Amino acid sequence: MQRNTSIAIVAAIIAVIGVISYFVYQPLINNMNLGLDLRGGLRVVLEAEELEGEKVTPDTIDKALGILRTRVDALGVKETDLYPQGDKRVVIEIAGEDDPEAAVNMLKNTAQLQFMDEEGKIWLTGKNLVDAQAQMKRDSTGEAEIALEFDKEGTKLFGEATTANVGKPLIIVIDDQAVSAPVVQGPIMDGHAVITGSFTAKEAQDLAVLLRSGALPVSFKVMEKRSIGPTLGADSLDKSVKAGIMGLISVLVFMIGYYRLPGFIADLSLALYTILVAGSMVLLDAVLTLPGIAGFALSIGMAVDANVIIYERIKEELRWGKTMLAAIEAGFNRAFWTIFDSNLTTLITAAVLMYFGTGPIKGFAVTLSIGIVASMLVALTFTRWLLVLFANITKNQKLYGV
Amino acid sequence: MQIIRKRKWFYALALLIIIPGMISLIMQGLNLGIDFTGGTILQISIPGDVKTADVRGVLEQMDMANAEVQKSGDQFYIRTTELTQEQTDELMANLKTEFKDVEFLSAESVGATIGKELTRNAILAVAIAAVLMLVYITVRFEWTFGVAAVLGILHNVLIVLSIFALLRWEVNSDFIAAILTVIGYSINDTIVIFDRVRENLREKRKENNEELINRSVTQTINRSLNTGITAMTTLIFLLIFGGETIEIFVLTMLIGFVCGTYSSICIASPLWYDIKNRQAA
Repeated sequence: MQRNTSIAIVAAIIAVIGVISYFVYQPLINNMNLGLDLRGGLRVVLEAEELEGEKVTPDTIDKALGILRTRVDALGVKETDLYPQGDKRVVIEIAGEDDPEAAVNMLKNTAQLQFMDEEGKIWLTGKNLVDAQAQMKRDSTGEAEIALEFDKEGTKLFGEATTANVGKPLIIVIDDQAVSAPVVQGPIMDGHAVITGSFTAKEAQDLAVLLRSGALPVSFKVMEKRSIGPTLGADSLDKSVKAGIMGLISVLVFMIGYYRLPGFIADLSLALYTILVAGSMVLLDAVLTLPGIAGFALSIGMAVDANVIIYERIKEELRWGKTMLAAIEAGFNRAFWTIFDSNLTTLITAAVLMYFGTGPIKGFAVTLSIGIVASMLVALTFTRWLLVLFANITKNQKLYGV
Repeated sequence: MQIIRKRKWFYALALLIIIPGMISLIMQGLNLGIDFTGGTILQISIPGDVKTADVRGVLEQMDMANAEVQKSGDQFYIRTTELTQEQTDELMANLKTEFKDVEFLSAESVGATIGKELTRNAILAVAIAAVLMLVYITVRFEWTFGVAAVLGILHNVLIVLSIFALLRWEVNSDFIAAILTVIGYSINDTIVIFDRVRENLREKRKENNEELINRSVTQTINRSLNTGITAMTTLIFLLIFGGETIEIFVLTMLIGFVCGTYSSICIASPLWYDIKNRQAA
């Protein structure tokens, strides 16, 4: 290749990387999906409680998740993530609420609705509900009530219940607690009922949402709960990003100082590598956690390692008296399997970690894996190309530290 | 470099840390955090001249006398048995009445069963990773390299565990991530040296295994040190400026990386030599 063409291409690459780094930086930071440890919030692990005779299956958890999602949307809980963990657990992460505890307490209500007579016989349950709406009471108390509407079977069952209990109370039970016990005036055959009680408008609305979304198939107990105040989260993000940037700069300086021209090429590769990893994180919607930042730092170390392995090889080849291009060629061929084998063994650990890890540890494994793959790609293609281009421009071996 | 001749010293140095560490581990175990034992940790900050005894006073009024209180700067860590939400709220409310400007930083509550699973999963993860690496190295190299590499990793894990056991540092779930990172790093580091041994073996020179190992280590020493130094530099920056939340996590990795770089050269490579000799004998 012509020397001038090589100079032009190198200049273009430097310009493009510079421009991309400048313009992509802010959007990447803004779109990065930050973990709760970095932005504050509450993370709760709930475990389904097994009752005798009722096994909790993945299907149960799926159903529960579906119901919980409906509730999150209907209640308008902000920035909430719901996902299963293992076979019997559900994780709720809330980042956008002032009082996330209250939101979780509301969400995890089983909301099992039952109509019971004085003898304790259950006539019908929330299963037969088609709608539940909050409305204001038609008196001056300012209290709210909940209007219920049953499906066909429910209408029939409710009719039977009211017919059998005229003059007696029919107790409305939600999660084993009697909410109200109106006395039946006469048979109700139209499938409508009202839960009265002293609800505020907000309480009635929330309860209506819970009833409408259906009862959870199992009850959940809290296994693990972590909440991070917003100040601490922002502080950690700020500190670790700053520390990471300082670390990165020191590595860049070291590489130029030790390896000269190839060091500069390594720095360009690292810039591209950083953009690639951050970009993939955003595209894959991966969550960046505090351990994730550490994983990122580690993968930068491995990206540097790939370069170091290549340059040490090229230096050796040059010392044996090979020409520049031949040394680059031979150096790469020899370095390839070294990089491949060493990175693959690390990738095995990362994969195992991804499989067994939960929460933050998983985030760490994801960043590490993305980092390893990206570093191999960049080192074996981009770095190689740049080295050849630079070799076309200058063959001064001093610049290669030999 | 005369690695092989000095190998007995390297082994002795490793045992010098590992034996007391393991004795301490068996006698008193690790200082387990709430991730393993279950419990609640509340992290708050109170500006001004408030002492741990003042905070403990509030706890004693609430019959939480066996809670531990630690102070670092303006921050207090209160560690108790597992609290319910109501109890945490009550504690926060009482602290707010007692001191001005109490700021809530974080609260963690972990059930006791979680810890058992965590330990089980961690051991399982390490075991599976070790087996997979052994298989991979046996396929790509030879089983002797696999055994030496895995023993080298075991050395690193034991050293880190020993340091935690001896210095009574608290072990939390981050520790497991750190240990696994250390494993990832040390295997990577060892493989680069073994790769050179493999390559030198193919040259079929007239040299014995001692010369072979010494030559391979010498050829790769620049790379070992440069990679080690850059990785450790990043970690040192994270340790100094990264904030308290990740301090122990980063420190664990730093110790592990130092061990990893050392063990690839001074433990795993000589071990391969010994295994190879035994195989020949």
